[in-house]
Amino acid sequence: MRHVRYAVGSARSSRGLTEILRGVDLTARAGEVTVLLGPNGAGKTTTLGCAQGLLHPTQGTVQLLGQDPFRAGADLRARVGVMLQDGGLPQSVQPRALLKHVASLHQNPWPLEDLAHRLDMESFLATSIRRLSGGQKQRVALAASLLGRPEVVFLDEPTAGLDPQSRQTVFELIGELREMGMGIILTTHLLEEAQKLADSVFILKDGEVVRHGTVAELTSTGARGADATADPTRRMVFTASRTLTRAEIASSPLAIELDGGVSNGPGAAWMTPGLSGPEQLRALAAWWELIDMMPVEVRMEARTLEDVFWEVSVS
Amino acid sequence: MSPTYAPLSPAPRPAVRRILSHGLYETRNVLRNGEQLLVSLILPLLVLFGAHRLELITSSATPSIDMITPGVLALAVMASGFTGQGIATGFERQYGVLAYLATTPLGPTGLILGKAIAVLAVVAVQVLVIGSAGLALGWDPQPLGLVWLGVVVVLGATAFTALGLLLAGTVRAEATLALTNVIWVLLGAAGGSVFPLNHDDAGALLLLLPSAALGEGLRTASLQGAFPVLEALILAGWAAVAMLAARRWFNWR
Repeated sequence: MRHVRYAVGSARSSRGLTEILRGVDLTARAGEVTVLLGPNGAGKTTTLGCAQGLLHPTQGTVQLLGQDPFRAGADLRARVGVMLQDGGLPQSVQPRALLKHVASLHQNPWPLEDLAHRLDMESFLATSIRRLSGGQKQRVALAASLLGRPEVVFLDEPTAGLDPQSRQTVFELIGELREMGMGIILTTHLLEEAQKLADSVFILKDGEVVRHGTVAELTSTGARGADATADPTRRMVFTASRTLTRAEIASSPLAIELDGGVSNGPGAAWMTPGLSGPEQLRALAAWWELIDMMPVEVRMEARTLEDVFWEVSVS
Repeated sequence: MSPTYAPLSPAPRPAVRRILSHGLYETRNVLRNGEQLLVSLILPLLVLFGAHRLELITSSATPSIDMITPGVLALAVMASGFTGQGIATGFERQYGVLAYLATTPLGPTGLILGKAIAVLAVVAVQVLVIGSAGLALGWDPQPLGLVWLGVVVVLGATAFTALGLLLAGTVRAEATLALTNVIWVLLGAAGGSVFPLNHDDAGALLLLLPSAALGEGLRTASLQGAFPVLEALILAGWAAVAMLAARRWFNWR
């Protein structure tokens, strides 16, 4: 395990009368991508706010690079880059003026032209931020967070509102920054990208961390109904051509369940929560023959972060 | 990725450089903003020329321009400190700009000091432009009074900026926009800033208003060459109360 560089330890936060975090215990490491997932209102932005020093938790401790971010000075703030969910951009200023100003607050800023080129921003550096598209504003905010060449960067939904090409650019950049040793903590609703990038994942719900671990750990544990010998990261999904009777379901050689809340009937997708080997596929095929039901579609699936996320969200 | 990115130890610029840089950045933004220029310079200049031309303020003892110019300076200081900074900061808060800048090496303190520099810079431009226009129209201030005038302008700018920030940090940006404009017009028209106070009875109580203290203070300084102690104390009191209240209730987001 690498050295722990920053952590949000046991933070509780309340704003007004509403308690937002009920005890978040979260540790992120340098040179890794830490992803915070959770439905809207789960407390992701509040957790980041505590870690960034914008909010002070009502209980618990927050350590960022060994310091309390709420009381830290300019030295710590220079080592940390922040991209807020709402961008935090002044509307009547041109990106070039804003970014030059942010660069002027740092001793060794990333050359603006380089960063603008990398994020494909050259064409709108001299356009008032008010007139930029959502995706262009996102890139300005991302650039602003990276200008000081920070050790740690917090990115709150960095790809919200981006077209697929820009999204790809941002995720590639995040991967490259990690290679250079930058610690990245991000929130996103794009589970596929999160799965590719994340070194560790924290899933929040109702202000609490309900699951955490690496992607491999999360997708290989906790699968519903998986037996001890099954590989829980693999499963088979078949689409039935007709309604299955209760007796037929009970006679299946493998536990099967309806996928994602659909109801039993023609076209319903059924899945096996885990598979141990090819012999189980043969057994299933024999069962279809026995009950005289030819599936409309059969496919193998790997268990993904999205599956874990849905399990957590509906539980 | 450009090879120029190196994860070298990030460090902030020295505090003074950061704050000056932010002051410059804010000043440029104000001077480039058409609406702010209108409220800070053009409207006060129109009031100066209009009141002079129409002889709205007459006094047997004093030429009207000597009464009007300090009053219009008060109006201008209120515009940049209260209306201008109030509205700008209100929208910066709404768009998350304050929160973002607070996470940079500038920090909350640097942000406020930078804004103070910007207000003083803009006020300096206002004093220069409106003062020159007044002089061209025949304003004849006491030479020593100009020093006291400078002191009162700074006190007034501090009080009104603190009041503007208090509003910006506690109510929605749209409400700040409406309130600061309405209050500015009311204080300008009837708050003892442009038009001298009637010092009898209820008129004397009006001096407790920051607008009246500023207007009367500037008139005392420029007409009599004396330091307006009472008015300065009233302005300092407003500044202190507004700053304490802002410290208590200001929301960064």
